[in-house]
Amino acid sequence: MTIMIRKLALSALTALTLGSAPALAAGEGGHIEDFAFSFEGPFGTYDRAQLQRGLQVYTEVCSACHGLHLVTFRSLTDETGPGLDPDVMRAYAGTMQVQDATTGEYRAAGGPDHFPTSAMETAPDLSLMAKARAGFHGPYGLGINQLIHGMGGAEYIASFLLGFTGEETEQGGAIFYENTAFGGNVSMPPQLEEGLVTYSDGTEATPEQMAQDVAAFLMWSAEPHMTQRKMWGFVGVIFLTLLASLLYLTNKRLWAPIKDAAKHS
Amino acid sequence: MSGIPHDHYEPKTGVEKWLHRRLPIVGLIYDTLMIPTPKNLNWWWIWGIVLAFCLVLQIVTGIVLVMHYTPEATMAFASVEHIMRDVNGGYMLRYLHANGASLFFFAVYIHIFRGLYYGSYKTPREVTWIIGMLIYLAMMATGFMGYVLPWGQMSFWGATVITGLFGAIPGIGPIIQEWLLGGPAVGNYTLNRFFSLHYLLPFVIAGLVILHIWAFHHTGNNNPSGVEVRRGSKEEAEKDTLPFWPYFVIKDLFALVVVLAVFWAIVAFMPNFLGHPDNYIIANPLATPAHIVPEWYFLPFYAILRAFTADVWVVIAANWLSFGIIDAKFFGVLAMFGAIAVMVLTPWLDTSSVRSGRYRPMFKSFFWLLVVDFVVLMWAGAMPAEGIYTNIALIGAAYWFGYFLVILPLLGVLERPTTPPATIEQDFKAKVKAHAKKSGPAPEKIPAE
Amino acid sequence: MSHADDNAGTRRDFLYYATAGAGVVATGAAVWPLVNQMNPSADVQALSSIFVDISGVAVGTQLTVNFLGKPVFIRHRTQEEIDAAKAVDLSTLIDQSAENANLPAGSPATDENRAVAGKEEWLIMTGVCTHLGCVPLGNGAGDFGGWFCPCHGSHYDTAGRIRRGPAPQNLHIPVVSFVDDTTIQLG
Repeated sequence: MTIMIRKLALSALTALTLGSAPALAAGEGGHIEDFAFSFEGPFGTYDRAQLQRGLQVYTEVCSACHGLHLVTFRSLTDETGPGLDPDVMRAYAGTMQVQDATTGEYRAAGGPDHFPTSAMETAPDLSLMAKARAGFHGPYGLGINQLIHGMGGAEYIASFLLGFTGEETEQGGAIFYENTAFGGNVSMPPQLEEGLVTYSDGTEATPEQMAQDVAAFLMWSAEPHMTQRKMWGFVGVIFLTLLASLLYLTNKRLWAPIKDAAKHS
Repeated sequence: MSGIPHDHYEPKTGVEKWLHRRLPIVGLIYDTLMIPTPKNLNWWWIWGIVLAFCLVLQIVTGIVLVMHYTPEATMAFASVEHIMRDVNGGYMLRYLHANGASLFFFAVYIHIFRGLYYGSYKTPREVTWIIGMLIYLAMMATGFMGYVLPWGQMSFWGATVITGLFGAIPGIGPIIQEWLLGGPAVGNYTLNRFFSLHYLLPFVIAGLVILHIWAFHHTGNNNPSGVEVRRGSKEEAEKDTLPFWPYFVIKDLFALVVVLAVFWAIVAFMPNFLGHPDNYIIANPLATPAHIVPEWYFLPFYAILRAFTADVWVVIAANWLSFGIIDAKFFGVLAMFGAIAVMVLTPWLDTSSVRSGRYRPMFKSFFWLLVVDFVVLMWAGAMPAEGIYTNIALIGAAYWFGYFLVILPLLGVLERPTTPPATIEQDFKAKVKAHAKKSGPAPEKIPAE
Repeated sequence: MSHADDNAGTRRDFLYYATAGAGVVATGAAVWPLVNQMNPSADVQALSSIFVDISGVAVGTQLTVNFLGKPVFIRHRTQEEIDAAKAVDLSTLIDQSAENANLPAGSPATDENRAVAGKEEWLIMTGVCTHLGCVPLGNGAGDFGGWFCPCHGSHYDTAGRIRRGPAPQNLHIPVVSFVDDTTIQLG
């Protein structure tokens, strides 16, 4: 009977796994599209060109309200990240004003400085937004969708930017905008329009393109060392598997005389 | 040491003799390492070494993380991000520590359920069991306080909910709550003291672990057959046992490395799967998250806590009997701690004369149902406390208490157990032969002597 | 097994050595990050080289910046200060070496070797007294018109060279270069 319970549990789990639909719901009834990002999966890496485009979208569209204060300008030169040339990075930093820690005065930013905090107080900082949201949930609280598709933070961001229906509601003197990814009304107005940004690499700036690019950039902002982490993951798993094999053989060899004696008595 | 007759350490060299007369530490380590261990231990016995590894992992990663962490409310969150972004290998150390806590609890639950199945809590191992429960409690306190340190939304609000539980105690509750917090609500003063205690408790756990090992070394390990090692003579004991080193050290290390390979894959490829995204948002005392959820290893008890609402009949009864002193909130707290208390009392609740669940057919079914119940409660704890989920949590809680308080005592009387083997040697031989028959052609038969 | 005991023994030993060896490698791989995390983190390493805007430093004034945790004096010298420094007889100097990280060791302590190459009005020195580490006072303090350390009375001249007092060396010149006319790079 106990074996039956175990088999039942296993088949139920399998059924739920295979039954998940491609367009997966967010917890509160929101709709998140499962965009394919280059950094997904154990072999995933960031696409440098995409990160640079995403940085451009952030700079020209989002930075007006949203800060990125946990990210430093110097990290923009990371090889596994946007990979900006140090001089380009310093020039870019110089266009932003930061408050000096010692003098308290505002000055042009340099490499070691962090991006500014949000210019608009009610606009959340975006440094960790890709990890602060889960795009995938369930089914029924089992976490299987996250196991298969990842946490879905970047997918959530891209879906959110593209999820404005255009419907507005007014409440208490403020305007709210309907968003399908959020599954309700949000206080942020829609931003992305066709050709809003002119990409320096010539890519066509459709809303879908911009949304994915900035989502990828924000994923990097939240997790800059993802590429190294996965690399160490492979090194570790392969080495530990090798060590486990050696220990398996050692254990077998060690116990052989004991088991032989028991077998033949 | 364990009452099992065996050879003890004899200092050979001059240095060894000199030291042994003054502090017999080499002898202690040698005898501990070589302790006679039942031959027939199966793979459910490897989780002890996994737990020891987890304790070392958490302490070591914890100490290096503290070199970069700032335990102050306005700087804690940013200091953790400093670790993630700027400290050499910091992201790995942080993920190892956060997921190491999960591995620690995963291992402890298997370890505890192993004990429940094989009757490891039964005489004469009650004290080992109780020390184990104390370790578990200390682990929960450590894990809870550790989760507060990053000062994210879940850190802050989880702390608010759990310290709020103490406020549910009638009369003195609010005073205790304010004493624990250090103020009227969770604040910097709370963070500071949680940091101090989070650093302290693992060393208390280490001390308890030493007592735990001492206790089960004194009684001798339990084994899957539940039959004790023969202690008539050294020759007899050697038929039932093998020295811990090298046989079980190597076996344990193999299992540990397999577990670590899986653990490493999780840390490297899905480090945030077991966590909650809301904890990547800095704590905001003015905005509560939509769903406050503790870490997965607390979920079963969280489900029990929330299951007892004011409309549940036991709550109504308790409220009437206590002249209104026990309300739904306090009842939930009592139920939550009670769920752990009944586990502590298992040695005295189980009336069976047979130790190992292997030979108790009715017990087996109820045991596996308990395991399913534990997982269902865990799932229910993550769901919102409404609708069908509260009913499921209530049924789950009812079975949990029913198992310990009703089923275990009754089974010892009502059940008809099968016959355990006469000796461990017999059990071991039977297992080896059955395995040989299953795995391949019969070995060359050597004529019996 | 029909092999001699010796062979079996060697093969058993090889397995044990291989396992032990792999175990040592695993332990070493685990220990290294624990040691390496104490090395300077990325934000500290980023400050091993800084850019300073000196456009606001008027003639006859000094800007003090924090570099590698220590003060660095950036003085825009007047012609009088430069002349006074050049007029000094080198044989009277307590420390004959220029103490300039941008020049080979043992270079003589001429004013040319103390000031920034090709820009003699700029004197850039680590503001740490070479006696016991106090920060000397500037703006013409002391008997030689340069700097004076109040801790134990060391006097430095207008090229930052020790002239009187217990300090054994001239104030050190750090690695410095001009990126453009208004920006210097320290380190």
